[in-house]
Parts: sequence; C-alpha cells; structure tokens
Amino acid sequence: MLNKNIYLILIISLVFAISFWIGFNVNLLPAEASINAPIYDELFKILFIIGLIIFIGMTIAVIYSLFKFRKRNDQIGDGIALEGNLSLEIVWTIIPSIIVLLIGLYSYNIYDRMGGMKELNHSHEMMSSNTEKIWAGISQTSDNEIAINNLSIEVSAMQFAFLFNYPKGNFISGELHVPVDQKVSMKMESKDVIHAFWVPEFRIKQDIIPGQPTILNFTPTKVGKYPIICAELCGPYHGGMRASIIVEEESDYNEWFNKNKKPEVNL
Amino acid sequence: MTISIDPQKTNNESLQPKGWLRYFSFSLDHKVIGIQYLVCGFLFYLIGGTLASAIRIELASPMSDFMPRDVYNQVLTLHGTIMIFLWIVPVVNGAFGNYLIPFYVGARDMAFPRLNAVAFWLIPPSGLMLVASYFVEGAAQAGWTAYPPLSITTPQSGQIIWILSVLLLGGSSIFGGINFIATIIKLRRPGLKLMQLPMYCWAMLGTSLLVVLSTPVLAGTLILLSFDIIANTGFFNPVLGGNVVVYQHLFWFYSHPAVYIMVLPAFGLVSEILPVHARKPLFGYTTMVFSIMGIVVLGLVVWAHHMFTSGTPPWMRLFFTIATAFIAVPTGIKFFNWVATLWGGKISINSAMLFSCGFIINFVFGGITGVALAQVPFDIHVHDTYFVVAHFHYIVYGGTVFIIFSSIYHWFPKVTGKMFNEKLGILHFIITFIGFNLCFAPQHWLGLNGMPRRVAEYDPQFQFVNQISSLGALLMAISTIPFLINVFLSVRNGKDAGDNPWNALTPEWLTSSPPPVENWEGESPLVEEPYGYGKEISEQK
Repeated sequence: MLNKNIYLILIISLVFAISFWIGFNVNLLPAEASINAPIYDELFKILFIIGLIIFIGMTIAVIYSLFKFRKRNDQIGDGIALEGNLSLEIVWTIIPSIIVLLIGLYSYNIYDRMGGMKELNHSHEMMSSNTEKIWAGISQTSDNEIAINNLSIEVSAMQFAFLFNYPKGNFISGELHVPVDQKVSMKMESKDVIHAFWVPEFRIKQDIIPGQPTILNFTPTKVGKYPIICAELCGPYHGGMRASIIVEEESDYNEWFNKNKKPEVNL
Repeated sequence: MTISIDPQKTNNESLQPKGWLRYFSFSLDHKVIGIQYLVCGFLFYLIGGTLASAIRIELASPMSDFMPRDVYNQVLTLHGTIMIFLWIVPVVNGAFGNYLIPFYVGARDMAFPRLNAVAFWLIPPSGLMLVASYFVEGAAQAGWTAYPPLSITTPQSGQIIWILSVLLLGGSSIFGGINFIATIIKLRRPGLKLMQLPMYCWAMLGTSLLVVLSTPVLAGTLILLSFDIIANTGFFNPVLGGNVVVYQHLFWFYSHPAVYIMVLPAFGLVSEILPVHARKPLFGYTTMVFSIMGIVVLGLVVWAHHMFTSGTPPWMRLFFTIATAFIAVPTGIKFFNWVATLWGGKISINSAMLFSCGFIINFVFGGITGVALAQVPFDIHVHDTYFVVAHFHYIVYGGTVFIIFSSIYHWFPKVTGKMFNEKLGILHFIITFIGFNLCFAPQHWLGLNGMPRRVAEYDPQFQFVNQISSLGALLMAISTIPFLINVFLSVRNGKDAGDNPWNALTPEWLTSSPPPVENWEGESPLVEEPYGYGKEISEQK
C-alpha cells in the first residue's frame, strides 16, 4: 500500500514538473509590443500550466486504466461492483470549483490591470450633451489624459480597408503611426458591415460596428511595424483586409505627423 | 390509415413496406426513424466533409488560389451549417434518441410516432434545399452565424434559402425535443423509476429542455432577419436604425445552448458504452444526473462569452466569464466519473472503447481551452481566430463525432444482428485520432500568432503549419474509407452477433437483434439496475 502511494506521489510530482517546465519554456505567443502584452502573457502562462497538469493527468489516467485493467484472455466475469464514492465525488467537485473561482478572480484582476473595467468618463458627458453612446473596449486611461496629447485617432473601417483620421493634424492615413510608450485612444466606427481591429503583438481586439462607435485604448512599448488584422468575417476579401501599425520614436513620429499635417481651413 | 393515439397500436404492419424499402417510407417505427436519421446524417457528413476538404486545400497555400473568394465564404458557411444542423444535431439526438429511448423507458414506440416521422422527413428536403441554393445565386456567405449587416448585404436568395432551411431544421429539432420529453416522462413502463433510467435518458431530457427553450428564439431571430432582407425592415440594419449587436445576443441565446445540444447526448451515449466494455457500474450515477441538469441551467446563461469583443459593458463581461468557467465543474465531474468507471474494470480494448477513450482525451483538451476562452482578457486576443476554430472542433469533432463512431460500433450488432470487423474498426480509430489531432492541434498556435478564422488568404509565415493541418484533414478524409468498407461488408457478410454479444444489461439488449417491430415479444422487462455489472445478476448468466 505504501509503495503504491509513493508511486502515485512520484507520478503527480512528475506531471507537475513537466507542466511547469513546458509552461515556462515553450513560448506559443508572438512578440510583446504593448503594455497589455506582458499582462496577457502572465495569464496565458498560468492557464497553460494548469491546463497541462489537468490534460496530462487525465490522459495518463485513461491510458493507464486501458493498460492496467484490460481484460486478459483467461479472465471471465466483471470488474468490481463499485457504484460511486461520495467523498471522492465531493473532492472532485470542490477542488475544480475552487480552481475555476480562483482563475476567474485572477483573470478579473488581469482584466482590471489591462484597463477593461474602467468606465469611460465621456460616456456620461456624451449622454447629456447629445444622444451618442459609446461602448468601451479596453481602455487604459480616462479621456482627460488623452486630451492632453495629440493621440486621439478616429478609425473608420469599410470593405476592405482601415482608414485612420488624425483630427489634430486634419489628415487621413492608411497606415497607423503612433509614438512608442504613449497612450493612444481610438474611436472606431464602421461604414458598412462589422469589422474588427486586431493587433496580435498588442493582444488587443475590438469589433468595429456600424452605427455604434467603440473605443479602444492602448500603449505600444516596442518600436516596429506590426500587422492590423480584420478578425470579423466582412465579405469576400476579408482575408486581405489588413493594415500596418508603425510604432516609432517620438521624434520620428512628430516628423511624420508634421509632414502630413494639413493647415486648418479657415472659413 | 386510422388515427390512433395509443402508441402501442400505431404501427399498422400491413400498411408499412417491408425490408430495406421501410427506410424510404413514412415509417412510424422509432427504430426505422432512428436509422433514417443516422444514414441521412451520415450522407450530409460526407458532403460537409467534402466542403471541409475544399477549405483545407485552399488553406494549403497562403494565396486565395483554389476557388473564388465568394465561393470560399459559401463553402465555409455551408460546412458549418451542414455539420451542425444536418449531421451532429440530428444524429446524436434524432438517430440514437429514437432508436434507444423507447427501449430505455420500456415502451413500444415514441409518444408521438407521426410527429416523429414528420420531424425526420423535414430534414432531407431542407438539407437538399440548402445545398441546392449554391446553384441559384450562390449559397449564403455570411458564415453559419449570419451576422447582419453582412447577411443583409450579401446576395439575397442564398441567405433567404439558408434561413428557410435552418427554420425547418429547427422545427424538426423542436418536434423531436417535445417527443423525447413526453416519452421519457409519460411512457415509462410501470415500476420504472426516474433514477433507474439509463444515463442517456437523462442526457436527452436535459438536451430536449434546451431544444424546446432556446430553438424558438433562433427561429424568431431568423424571421426578423429575413424581414430585414426581403421587406427592408430595420430590426438589425444599422442604416435604418437597427442594432446589430441585438442580433448577436439573440443568436447566441440559441447557439450556445446548441453546443450542449450537441455534446450532452454524447455524454449520455458514452455513459452507456463505458460500463458495458469495462464491465463495471457507471461511477456516481446521482452526481452524473445532477451535473447534466447543472449544465442545462448554466448553459442558458453563458451566451455573451461569444461577444466579448462586440462591445459589451464590463459587468456583463465579468458575469459571463464566471458563469462560463463554472460549466467546467459539472463537466469535470462527468469526466472524473468516467475515468473512475474504467478504474478497476475488465476492459475490452475494442473499437467502441477506443473511440470513447479518444473522446475523453480530446474533450478534456477542448474543455481546457474552453475555460481559457471564457476569461475575457484571454478571449480578447484569440476571439475569431484559428484558436477558437481548434477549440470547437475539439469539442464537436474530437468529442461528439468520436462518440457517434463509438456508438455506431457499440450498437451495430443490435441494429443489424451482425458483427463488424474489429480490426478495421481499430484501424479506423487510429487514422481518425492521428488525423484529427494533426489537423486541429496546430491551429491553436496559428490563432495565438495572428491567423484569423474564415480567411481564404493568410500571412505566408503560417504556410508550413497550415500544411500540417491540411495533411491531418487528408487523414481524416481517408479514415472514412475503412469505416465504410467495414459497414458494407459487415451488413452483407458479417458473422451472426447473437442477441447480446457484449453481455450488456441495458434493456435494448434484452430482446432479439435486430429487435421485433414492437421491441419485445412479450411484456417489456423491468430493468432496475441498468449498470449492475459485477453483481449476482450478471454472474448467473
């Protein structure tokens, strides 16, 4: 009996060890290029390790049972008439409940750190001044902070392109340029069908909906060029609906911005 | 034909065709209807599988080069719709439900045999109509979710035929659901208590409740959508002031429970198969019943987890995260109980057992990615990507379709009276298991790294992994060959199986194989312990 328990403990520790090793050493995700990305990857790692432990454990249990309890040729009759075990069943109800609850609370914390739980200030203001209501995607910041810098961008999506309007510069671009390490706020609306704004390296996505503006805020942390991908089926050329986001040093960004900036039209 | 409300007298034998012709008639025999559902479903599975192969051929290269882009969207729409509404739902509910439920409750037929036949005969015309819509103006091309405004702006005839077809199939499903509830509650033989029913009855009771509660919502939604398309109303059309997100709420109020409509019957079937081949009672009967009902209740309040990127308020995202993740608890109980059923048994390693164990492994994997997807921050990155495609194929193919094959092997001797070829069955399992995992496991990585779903073209860096996936799909296509050979050869020349080749205790095995028209020669047997393996009853045999 003692021997059996030692083997069991040995196998369980081995499953844990393998799961942790894979969880820490196998990277399944693309580069981290926004404030959200490392937070997301932290959650991913934890879920990946817990998932591996459960999956490897269950698979071993099934394969071991098939092997150990297989019917030998000389055997007749049935297995043991075991119809249940209340304490065991309580254990495997309560432990998963606790795990699921902890994961839920943890992901709430992650979501809060990403800015998902923050109510947008202007949704109230807008309600009083005009009837437009804006739905929030992930927002890391309040609108007042955004208003200080120039980084309030209007995104319009249509079959099959994204257009980026820089109201402060009075120009429209087909590429999204943003300076590194600064908060960017985007108000997005679709001209026709539902599209989605996805940057895998930023770990963010938000649907762009016709007749219903949505807000998406993010802070890029790494200079480079990343794909913007439409993630909602929008028609025959859906797979080709892509754009680029170019994250650059502030000086480069300002140079680009000033080059494209158009003077205000005075009427 | 006289109209009789007594189910025991509905089969007027002189009016029914005999032999194989029965299967092409408006038969009222639940066993004939069950086989009609199964064979019809399998034919549509072959069509849906051909469409899937076309998708994987297109995706073997990063460019859109195998078929025109709009045809590709039609193919993926039809693939999803056919596999869900014409293969999995009719087969796990209609086929096995019709064949088994009357046996399990000790009845001679379903409660409403004519409604039952009507429910089946709605399927072939609506399926054919759906496939034929391709030749009109092109089939529907807005995905099986038919989100407006895309579904309003794409060619009308295809979308309208799609709606009509799904409405008929939904009607068929509701008729079936009402029939199962009535049969299980009202037609139980005297002396048979609810808590003595085989687990599949409980699974079908739960499933039918979901069908009856949620399918009408889908029907109403699709009717409103069709008004938007043909009558220029503005329910979901933003140009006319409609709200596109409302459609998503209504659609997923049905379509998330639809997942449980596809997997709960499979949970029931595997609960019948494992005890027989492991020679052990089903572990934890009572907790199994409660976990089914728990899944039914929770399954109705989790729909918005399909909409985490659609623009929903934070509190709503939080609620649906927790509710969704909690489904893992009753589901987990069932999986632990099945492994405990295997533990200490005398397991026959045969085709039915292997497919059931393959189901456990695949479904646990799909369940784990499911709990991850329930977390809002996790979902925001992978929503609408190949990660989701991989996840739900692990649930509906790796889960339910594996159980459909397991069930076909398990009940083949009952239905035909013949044995199938075990070696071909095991070969079928090996190719399917390898092909399935090769096809779908790499898709998780594709989704995490930036490949959205429903695309005909993609970033060339993903080509190699997509080709591995396509190779897996090829193996899955090949795996149907040994299965079909096995079925045809065994039906013709299989050796006689006897009445109860597995020595099983559930009621359907306590009659001849194939069973007589009214199921039992005399009175139906009272089976108080359908899983009483290892007890004296089975020792006496």
